[in-house]
Amino acid sequence: MELSRRSFLAGAVALPSLAALAGCAGTVVQPGDLSRLRMMVPASPGGGWDTTARTLQRVIQQAGVARNVQVFNVEGAGGTIGLGQLAREDDDALLMMMGLVMVGAVDTNDSSTRLTDVTPIAQLIAETELIVVPAESPHDDLASFVEAWAADPRGTPIAGGSAGGTDQILAGLLAEAAGIDPVQVNYIPYSGGGESLAALLGNQVAAGISGTADYGEQVTSGTLKGLAVSTAERSGQVPDVPTIVESGFDVEVTNWRGLMARPGMSDDARENLIALVQDAHDSDEWAEALDNNGWLDTFQTGDEYGDFLAEEEIRVRQILTEIGLIP
Amino acid sequence: MGALGDLANGFADALTPINLLWALLGVLLGTAVGVLPGIGPAMTVALLLPVTYVLEPTSAFIMFAGIYYGGMYGGSTTSILLNTPGESSSIMTALEGNKMAKAGRGSAALATAAIGSFVAGTIATLLLALVAPTVVDLAIGITAADYFALAVLAFVAVATVLGSSPLRGLASLCIGLYLGLVGTDVLTGQERFTLGVPQLSDGVDVVVVAVALFAVGECLYVASRLRRGSVQVLDASAGWLTRQDLRRSWKPWLRGTALGFPLGALPAGGAEIPTFLSYAAERKLTKHPEEFGKGAIEGVAGPEAANNASAAGVLVPLLTLGLPTSATAAIILAAFQGYGIQPGPTLLTTEGPLVWTLIASLLIGNFMLLVLNLPLVGVWVKLLRIPRPYLYAGILMFASLGSFAVNADPLDLVILLVIGLLGFLMRRYGWPVAPAVIGLILGPIAETNLRRALAISDGDLSVLVDTWFSRIVLALAFLALFGPIVLRLVKGPRSTPEQLQADGHLEHRDRDDAVPTGADREDRS
Repeated sequence: MELSRRSFLAGAVALPSLAALAGCAGTVVQPGDLSRLRMMVPASPGGGWDTTARTLQRVIQQAGVARNVQVFNVEGAGGTIGLGQLAREDDDALLMMMGLVMVGAVDTNDSSTRLTDVTPIAQLIAETELIVVPAESPHDDLASFVEAWAADPRGTPIAGGSAGGTDQILAGLLAEAAGIDPVQVNYIPYSGGGESLAALLGNQVAAGISGTADYGEQVTSGTLKGLAVSTAERSGQVPDVPTIVESGFDVEVTNWRGLMARPGMSDDARENLIALVQDAHDSDEWAEALDNNGWLDTFQTGDEYGDFLAEEEIRVRQILTEIGLIP
Repeated sequence: MGALGDLANGFADALTPINLLWALLGVLLGTAVGVLPGIGPAMTVALLLPVTYVLEPTSAFIMFAGIYYGGMYGGSTTSILLNTPGESSSIMTALEGNKMAKAGRGSAALATAAIGSFVAGTIATLLLALVAPTVVDLAIGITAADYFALAVLAFVAVATVLGSSPLRGLASLCIGLYLGLVGTDVLTGQERFTLGVPQLSDGVDVVVVAVALFAVGECLYVASRLRRGSVQVLDASAGWLTRQDLRRSWKPWLRGTALGFPLGALPAGGAEIPTFLSYAAERKLTKHPEEFGKGAIEGVAGPEAANNASAAGVLVPLLTLGLPTSATAAIILAAFQGYGIQPGPTLLTTEGPLVWTLIASLLIGNFMLLVLNLPLVGVWVKLLRIPRPYLYAGILMFASLGSFAVNADPLDLVILLVIGLLGFLMRRYGWPVAPAVIGLILGPIAETNLRRALAISDGDLSVLVDTWFSRIVLALAFLALFGPIVLRLVKGPRSTPEQLQADGHLEHRDRDDAVPTGADREDRS
């Protein structure tokens, strides 16, 4: 792209956004005005929620759905600090990014605000989880690995993301399906997919679980062996890797992400937000973003999404209790 | 050589007037952000991420390169002049750098930091271009047990900053270790010492503690002293780098680079441990042990070089594995992905020209920093001419702003103030503050990796000495800790710690003693 007026504008926009750092996060918005939108990421910059939110921000602005979207981070406690803050908000033009991890975090952190306390807007995307073993591993398929795992669960360290997150939930569900006591799983949490990748490449752990975004490239290039993906369908990023169900275990998990809004908003305000997210979802820019990031399009809105949340809450709580993370 | 040819092409892409403008903007922003306590490069790059939607990749990466290196450099300025590090990796710079500034040698300290950053950044970036694939093969072989050994070695390095009273130093270290325990246990997800406050469940932010202990503590301490006696205006005139300074700086620059680049390339390395180790190494190797703690230039040159070299090291796993090991790297990764580029083993073959352009931009940004900052040294030093009440009020304001801006949560200000009061009391009663921050950084690294190593081995302790890396590093730590004691037993008792430090360097003690140390004017103004 040639340097154009737009790029100068971008610079001009970037500078004041530094000024926004100074804590003046609140913008004066008329009721019902969604041309200026705020999006809270209840996690640190650089993570999965942050990436998704900033991608959505780009799509909304490029597709002209809203004029100005401001993304800000409220870190802490698996997102429940952001959730608590959302519960105290009265701004209708505020969306919060969240996902499966928050469902578990509400329980593990014993959060006083629960997901049922805020308003579900839409599920946006899901990432496929990928189970891998180091290239040196003797196992080429999931059944062979699970057999060895069941024989010696403590001696089979499995690396993944932070404790209580999607990766550990999947490890617990798979153990259960394979007849292994979930408490016996030797799960080694690493911060983010990156660190566990190093442990896998160094052949320090028996297996690893993370998103296809973290491991997919390694599986394609042959430095890791992909055993199974967690979704119902195979992933476009690693089409040769079978699903867990294909491998003979009845487990299906997607690392989904969605949007919530403040509690107690009017039906109109909620419909407006849903319509805005729907517009962003229907844009060409979003389709391209899904493709670039290898995201599954699991779009659902409103009450349908609320029902889905309720089911996930039950399932996640059950497995986290069995693993022993919540009493 | 193919790599050099590719790099030349990278320069050709990066060196357009418009791109140079972006580099300048990035360097300016990065330096500004580094100077402000509490606002880190990660946040800045995240805020600027939207520019990638309209810029072509080359321009965006050039700007990010400027911000990245600029942020690393900017932190050292406030560390040296005001004893208020903006990032945790510039804490070690504050130790000697601020003493130099108080002795009127602020210009020399800033200059050695600027040139050291440039030298280290350039060498490390070239290493990144030439040996990244080799380094990364070694880096992924590093196990949890190896990290634990490294943390043990870094703990030994703390011994060099304990100050005149080892007991107070150790107590300060324990405060840091305790603060490091607060939060959610990484391995089990259980909360520890959070007092039921949800905001504490992710632990106490290192940057907030560092800003509180150094900046707020320093402000309160200075304020408490203002009434007694006239306010001393620091003499900033005493010159530029002398030839002797250069002679004492170049080895620490190279040693700092040698420590910073490989440790930065480790998937869980970070920028702090190399600065600790570099400081300790300089203190052991110096020919002027009596100046350490009073403003030794080696103590600025080494850690600053290590800091910038590790910044380039972090890019090794990012570019070769797609593995971000710092928050800033994670956002740069997001920027890559925004252009539909997936860093990883195949990046160099699929997106070769872009990677070489990025590396060229890093070199350009690094050079611009030097060009920008050397002339500015004189301006920065004038900061010290600002009457102290205004100066420290300004520092307090920026410290609060920086801590508040991260989460916009008033509780962060309370934490800042409480720990700041602690910092004031520690200064008042002669407890060194650096060990507390080091404990806070190292404690969790040591604990997590020890427990992770034991979990992987299912409780078998021998895993800790299972690799050559851990054996060598632990042996080094053992030597550094017990070597001096054994030496003392052999050579007979000595009276002061200074003399103990000077062991083996006695013959040099009176050489090169022209540097005014200003120790007598120190602190109690």
